[in-house]
Order: sequence, then structure tokens, then C-alpha cells
Amino acid sequence: MKILVCISHVPDTTSKINFTENDTVFDTNGVQFVINPYDEFCLTRAMWFKEKQGATVTVVNVGNASTEPTLRKALAIGADDAIRVNMEATDGLSVAKQLAEVVKSGGYDLVLAGRESIDYNGGMVPGMLAALLDFNFVNGCVGMEVDGTSVSLSREIDGGNESLATALPLVVAGQKGIVEEKDLRIPNMRGIMMARKKPLNVVEPVDAESATMVQSFEKPAPKGSVKLIDAENIDELINLLHNEAKVI
Amino acid sequence: MSVLVFADSAEGKFKKSAFEVVSFGKKVAEQLGSHLVVLTINANKNEELYVYGAEKVVAVSNDSLKTFNAKAYASAINQVAAAQSASVVILDSSIDGLFIAPMVAVALNAGYASNVVALPSATNPFTVKRKAFSSKAFSNTVISSDKKVIGVAKNAYGIHENPVSGTTETFDVSISDADLKIKSVKIEKITGQVTIADADIVVSAGRGLKGPENWGMIEELADVLGAATACSKPVSDLGWRPHGEHVGQTGKPVASNLYIAIGISGAIQHLAGINASKVKVVINTDPEAPFFKAADYGIVGDAFEVVPKLIEKLKAFKQA
Ligand SMILES: Cc1cc2nc3c(=O)[nH]c(=O)nc-3n(C[C@H](O)[C@H](O)[C@H](O)COP(=O)(O)OP(=O)(O)OC[C@H]3O[C@@H](n4cnc5c(N)ncnc54)[C@H](O)[C@@H]3O)c2cc1C
Ligand SMILES: Nc1ncnc2c1ncn2[C@@H]1O[C@H](COP(=O)(O)O)[C@@H](O)[C@H]1O
Repeated sequence: MKILVCISHVPDTTSKINFTENDTVFDTNGVQFVINPYDEFCLTRAMWFKEKQGATVTVVNVGNASTEPTLRKALAIGADDAIRVNMEATDGLSVAKQLAEVVKSGGYDLVLAGRESIDYNGGMVPGMLAALLDFNFVNGCVGMEVDGTSVSLSREIDGGNESLATALPLVVAGQKGIVEEKDLRIPNMRGIMMARKKPLNVVEPVDAESATMVQSFEKPAPKGSVKLIDAENIDELINLLHNEAKVI
Repeated sequence: MSVLVFADSAEGKFKKSAFEVVSFGKKVAEQLGSHLVVLTINANKNEELYVYGAEKVVAVSNDSLKTFNAKAYASAINQVAAAQSASVVILDSSIDGLFIAPMVAVALNAGYASNVVALPSATNPFTVKRKAFSSKAFSNTVISSDKKVIGVAKNAYGIHENPVSGTTETFDVSISDADLKIKSVKIEKITGQVTIADADIVVSAGRGLKGPENWGMIEELADVLGAATACSKPVSDLGWRPHGEHVGQTGKPVASNLYIAIGISGAIQHLAGINASKVKVVINTDPEAPFFKAADYGIVGDAFEVVPKLIEKLKAFKQA
């Protein structure tokens, strides 16, 4: 099994979100970038397939050179090699078109990606990739097993789970559950040393027009201050929720 | 040219989001000087949509679409989009909506914007406001492709009545075996409970509750309010509550009318996921807990004293 794990390079979840240049550019000042948390769950699942089922694991990012430390981290966690498609990633459809080329030329049969990137929250690249490749696709995956070319999976639905059966080739967009929090791996010294020697191939993008573009960013309107209610005066809370906020 | 809205239903009954996307689609069609077409799949009461402005409903009934199948649903939407020369396709941003939309976008070679929170601010260039950075910000996004796919965020635009005298016509779609290569084997649902996605009110608790044995009062409070229950990430990581209840930046987003946080500190990752909720109440022993900065109403107090009292008072209030 040849597995490709799609890695998006995103601001750490603790980051303060600010913008510069008239609110048109995300301010990376002081921001630490990490592997998108959903992608990290998928990468860990891929490592299990590698260790238990002899799969090979390649990681890929569509981005400029600044994303390479994130790809090196994925190599330190245990991926065999990495690919960077040398292009500023600005739009889901064009990113998916680049990834489709990588999948076709590398002959991957299982593609793992995250449910969404926590920066732009598109939730679109994996589904688009599957459609472009005519691969099977499961979104919001919280568990999977592969046996030969048969795959059983479960995905989250409103208020529960759905078990699914399908076959390779397949694109899976995963989240916590595909492995658990405790299964995530922190790269050790040996992993980090080895990662330096593993191949990180830079490929040039194919022609693909962007279909969307961010014109500007906005921050939510600042909140008014909290109304404190005395713990002995629960009636007042009920009154406010009913008459002022009108939510009960 | 038309604006095509997919109004989702389950077991024949429209989901609440269906009324919101139809309300939204009606306005988009007006903005574009186009007309609205609403697609329904195996729905029972199509006329319910006329209230929200659906002048033309295209009703598909097909046994292959009895249970949700994302690729087959996408295929049905694509066939109707082609027949109706749709230039804009609008869906919700629910778990299922997010599953279908990217496949529709590829079939139409369209740009897709998910989690859209307001009507387009301009139609040329076509500009929509969407959530970004896990609700820590919004982005004004231009869709430049000829065709466009939009996923409307839950509870952001709202449901607006706009009664029209509508008509419903039926339409046959053909679903091939290739569309059905993902087989549903089993669906497990916690029945009799309100889901976080559907809920108008969510009652959520964190590590301040000390242990899973103390969730009885949280469930009771949710029950009195007709609310869904949720929790912070450590609570689900510790196995006190199921994963499906974990809300926040890396969990489920919550866009309810009321969010009650009990014994939750209000870490930035937690707040990111619940920002879209309209009214927030916090109950916490620590007046310095960051949640107080994000909340509308707060009680500094011990959950083990406040929650039972709140349940009792709410019961009385509901009876009055
Ligand atoms: C990559 C990453 C992603 C994350 N994603 C998420 C996410 O999606 N969702 C999420 O929730 N977290 C997330 N977190 C974790 C987050 O940083 C916090 O650790 C977490 O939200 C804290 O949970 P808590 O408030 O339940 O617990 P604590 O921080 O331990 O807070 C407990 C609170 O309970 C109060 N308390 C104690 N006793 C009582 C009592 N008797 N009555 C009332 N109040 C009491 C305390 O004053 C305290 O404020 C993420 C972290 C990382 C690193
Ligand atoms: N620039 C990118 N390079 C590689 N993978 C990506 C990129 N953008 C998105 N992905 C993958 O697609 C998933 C969903 O991203 P998105 O559609 O942007 O929310 C991410 O979790 C990644 O696995």
C-alpha cells in the first residue's frame, strides 16, 4: 500500500490572530506554525499501517519554502519521504489539482488528509481531490482498517457514527478517533536526525487557475463585558435569559 | 441561469438548515436577478419550503438515495444543476453538507466557499464572508469561477419567511453503481437526545466537574432545557464523555442560541469553537477564568451548588 498524507502548515492553536496591510494579510509575526492537528492524527494512523502492514508513507504539502520545517517534522515522526509542490496555496480547488498530479504520478492508492485546515477552514481539499481522481471518498473519518483492497471505516454523523465499507483507491479526511490523542508521537532525537537525510523533493506546480481569493479579513466585533449574577440569585439569571437575551 | 439550493431532509422531514438555506438562496437569487430552484431528495412535504421563498421545487425521489450517500447525493445535485443551468449551488455546512459540496464543486469546476455567514456583499466580483481561523476571524472571499458553490454556516443568516405560491415538479435522476461504491453498513445513534448540530441550547461541562460520575446534573439541566450536552477536550480525552461531545477548535463547532459552560476555563481553543453561539453563560469558581471575558452572563460559584439550584428554578419557570 502506498500512502500519501496531505499536510497543511497552520498557525499553532494558541496563536493570536491578527492581520496587516489593511487587513489583507495574516500577520505571521510571533506565530508558530505546526502540522494541522487533523493531519497529525492521520499521519499517526499512516505510521501504524507502515509498521503493521508494510505500507510506505509519503507526506506532501502545497506551499512555499517556509513550510519545509513542518514537512521535516512529519519526516521525524516517521514518514519515508516528502514532497513540496512549490506554490503559494491560496485556494482549495487549485491545491486539490496540484495534489491530484502528485497522486497520479506517484501511484498512491490511499490518501489521508485532515477534515479541515484550522486556518482557512475550507474543509474542501480532500473531497475535491477524490472527485478529481475519481477515488472513493470518506469525510470526517473516526476509524479505519484496511484488509487487502477492502476498507472498513466509520465516520461521525450528527449524534453518532456510521460504519462504511469501500475499497481502495480511496481518499480519507480524518479527525481525532482515527487515532487517539495519546497515540500522537513526539519526534525523538533519532527521528529528527534521520529526518534530515530523508528525501524532500520539490516539484513545480502544474497550471491550475485559482477559483477563490481572499480579499480581506475581519475580526469579530469586540464583546461587551460580562454581566455577573450573584450565585444566590439564580432567578435573576433566568429572568435575563428569558426577557433580555430571549433564549429560553 | 438559476440559483440552485439543496434542501436536506432525513426520513422525509426537512432539517432546520433546509429552511435557512432556502431563505438565503431566495435573497441570492434576487441579488443576481436570477430565479431560485430548490432541490429536495425523498422529502414528504415540499410545500413547506414555499413559506421561505421556494417558488420552484424540483423533487427527486429515488430508492438509491433512501439513505445518505455523499457521492450519490452529489451526483443528483449535479444532474439537477445541469438541467436547471444553475450558476450558483447553495448547501448547508453540516457534516453531510461538507461531505457533498467539494464533489459538486469539482463537477462544476466551481470555486467553493464553506461556512458562509452572510449574504454576498457584492455579486461582481462575487464576494462572501466566511469563517476563518476557527471563528477567530472572518474572511471576505471572492469566488472568481463562472459557477459557484456556497455552504451556509448554521444559524448565521437565520430562517426568514418569504411566502410565495410555489410549484413542485418531479425529476428523475440516474444513480449508477459507480456512485454507490461507499456502502453504509450500520448507523449508531444515541437516540432520544438532541444533537449538538441541531440544538438551540447546548449545556457543556469541563474538568471542573471532577469526574464522569458528576454528569448526572449536567444531563438533567440539558433535559430541562431541551438542550444537547457537550464537553471540553480534556473531558473526552480522559474518557469521561464520548468524543462526539468534544467541542472547540479541534472538536465540533457550536452555533447555538445559548451555550452554558460549567467548570470550563475558557482556553482559546475552546472559545474558538463556540464563538458562533449567540449567548454564552459561564459558571466557574474562579473569577479570573478567561471564559468570563467571552461570556454574556456569568456566575462566580461552585457548579455543585449552582447547577442543582438552576435545575430546580428552571423546572419551576417551565411550569409557570
Ligand atoms: C492543539 C490543541 C487543540 C485543542 N483543542 C481544544 C478544543 O477543541 N476544545 C477544548 O475544549 N480544548 C482544546 N484544547 C485544550 C485547551 O487548551 C484546554 O486545555 C481545555 O479547554 C481545558 O479544559 P477545561 O476548561 O475543561 O479544564 P481546565 O482548564 O482544567 O478548567 C477547569 C475549570 O473549572 C473550574 N472549576 C473547578 N472546580 C469547579 C467547580 N466546583 N465549579 C465550577 N467551576 C469549577 C476551574 O476554575 C477551571 O476554570 C486544545 C489544546 C491543544 C494544545
Ligand atoms: N496546501 C496544502 N498542502 C497539502 N495538503 C493540504 C493543503 N491544504 C489542505 N490540505 C489537506 O486538506 C485538508 C483539508 O484542508 P482544507 O480544505 O484547506 O480545510 C488538510 O487537513 C490537509 O490534509
